[in-house]
Amino acid sequence: MTLTAPPAAATALRRRPGLRRLRLLGGQGPLFTAALLLLAALVLVAALAPLLAPYDPEAMDLTASLVGTGGDHLLGTDQSGRDILSRLLYGARTGLLGPLLVVAVSTVLGTGLGVLAGWRGGWADAVLSRSMDLVFAVPGLLLAIMLVAVAGSGMTAPVVAMAVAYTPYVGRLVRGVARQEKARPYIESYRVQGWSGRTICLRHLLPNIAPTVLAQSAMNFGYALMDLAALSFLGFGVQPPTADWGAMINEGQSAIQQGAMLPALAPSFCIVLAVVAFGIVGEGIADRIAKRER
Amino acid sequence: MTTDRSTLAAGHGRTADAPVLEIDRLTLRLPDDRAARPLLDGVSLTVAPGETVGLVGESGSGKSVACRSVLGLLPARARTSGQVRVAGRDVLTMGRADLAATRAGEVAMVFQDPRASVNPLRRVGDFLTEGLRATGVPAARATARAVELLGAVGIRDPRGALRRRPHEFSGGMLQRVVIAAALAGDPALVVADEPTTALDVTTQAEIIAILTRLQAERGTGLLFVTHDLELAAAICDRVYVMYAGRIVETGPTTGLFDRPRHPYTAGLLSCTPRLDPGAPAPRPIAGRPVSVAEAPPGCAFAARCPYAQPRCTQEVPALTAHGAGLAACHRADEGILP
Repeated sequence: MTLTAPPAAATALRRRPGLRRLRLLGGQGPLFTAALLLLAALVLVAALAPLLAPYDPEAMDLTASLVGTGGDHLLGTDQSGRDILSRLLYGARTGLLGPLLVVAVSTVLGTGLGVLAGWRGGWADAVLSRSMDLVFAVPGLLLAIMLVAVAGSGMTAPVVAMAVAYTPYVGRLVRGVARQEKARPYIESYRVQGWSGRTICLRHLLPNIAPTVLAQSAMNFGYALMDLAALSFLGFGVQPPTADWGAMINEGQSAIQQGAMLPALAPSFCIVLAVVAFGIVGEGIADRIAKRER
Repeated sequence: MTTDRSTLAAGHGRTADAPVLEIDRLTLRLPDDRAARPLLDGVSLTVAPGETVGLVGESGSGKSVACRSVLGLLPARARTSGQVRVAGRDVLTMGRADLAATRAGEVAMVFQDPRASVNPLRRVGDFLTEGLRATGVPAARATARAVELLGAVGIRDPRGALRRRPHEFSGGMLQRVVIAAALAGDPALVVADEPTTALDVTTQAEIIAILTRLQAERGTGLLFVTHDLELAAAICDRVYVMYAGRIVETGPTTGLFDRPRHPYTAGLLSCTPRLDPGAPAPRPIAGRPVSVAEAPPGCAFAARCPYAQPRCTQEVPALTAHGAGLAACHRADEGILP
């Protein structure tokens, strides 16, 4: 009949709400921590690129074309004589900004539509779910290429297209968990207390499904990064001479035939690393939720 | 801020002696593909201010459906006739805003499982004060009220409890919090749907004691839904016994238990184990409860009733006065029960 005495650590966490939020990100094993640190480093690098980069990423020097590693250029130069390391560092900026916009828009849209569909049910659910299926059926890359054909290449069209294409991924998931959550007795007990559906959704349902949405968004971030890089690689996205990992692979292709692997391989490696890290973080959060549910 | 609860005027429609709850010939049907018989068939029930009324029955008897209708919670696609008047107003025909105001101000519900009926992520303090805050009570006053309520339900260190989360409480303690929350809006009626079923036996008695003490102190009407006859006998002023969607017997607790008129009530009593020396061994009622897929003509209990006659399977017995209560049995006057 006595209250369970909270351990000291829990008490400390209770006093600092900021720390408690971080608990969702901790205690998942070394791989998860490593991925999280990697992403933190990536953000830092993107933010500090002008300070870290030894050269101007867009400065060409045709006399120094395809210089090898070491020496003046740590990772060598590309065919136009631009410093690969500097381009990688700057490339992290476009590499993160694009997916960030895609994930922000698709998460907000998808969560809104998903909660609406899951909470309302009936015809609202039918209309929203079928609409999301429709968007789901169109491949994101195809949508982006269509939009680029209309609006021209650059960051805008691919980001808008990807935001639309990713919305149903979030929307379907949120609809499912919202329905599940709605069926739980505590939601009914709020109803019985006279609260409106809108208030219950905003104040109770949404915060309680937020971790699930966060997990999906982290994974989507990785996928969006890959898709946007693919569009840049195809020449639809970020245009040269701006540093972008996808565009760098494209430009580095021809160097492979000249025996220089690094101009294409280095940005590929960055993309793989970032995508895998986002995947691990996303799955780690999802695992944690699954554990908590049990 | 939300507008949904702000429209409630404290205590509107309450007078001293008018019943806080009147269920008047409530019949509730589901579409034919989901149930062959009505889930509720002409159920009438009243709760006066300060009165504790028990609603007793087996699972599937319709007692939960009946008590949830008090809050306007009906099964999907249900059709109803009759009225459910809370503080004089019919909740079944109310508009949304009125229903929200009634739920916020007049009726409160205590659910079976406190663990499931409280948002696991919110602090207990938020849980207790948000209803008050929404009706315009200032934060400091709401907090003071929450502390007072937690003290009243016997939570030690009420101020500290406000900052805790539901998982830090035991089931019994959490149910106390739920009771405190139910009383926060000073409701005219509390509906408790098997509030102790999910708890340890040792905590059950404490929860019941708290609930009945606070209810008596505040003059709140209490509709207590349970399958536990002994419990109903211990705390209720009057008891309604339900079987297959109908009230089969009702009356003041003492009369009902000392001298049941309906064979079902008698059957329920004799299958309750008793501890006093020389007490007869519990005798289970033969057969099984009527499922919603069956719609027997006549008395629904006839198939299990040791006293059934041909008439019982043909005519539905009406609820008629016998002694101090009412019973729905063709043979209630014949003295068939020992």
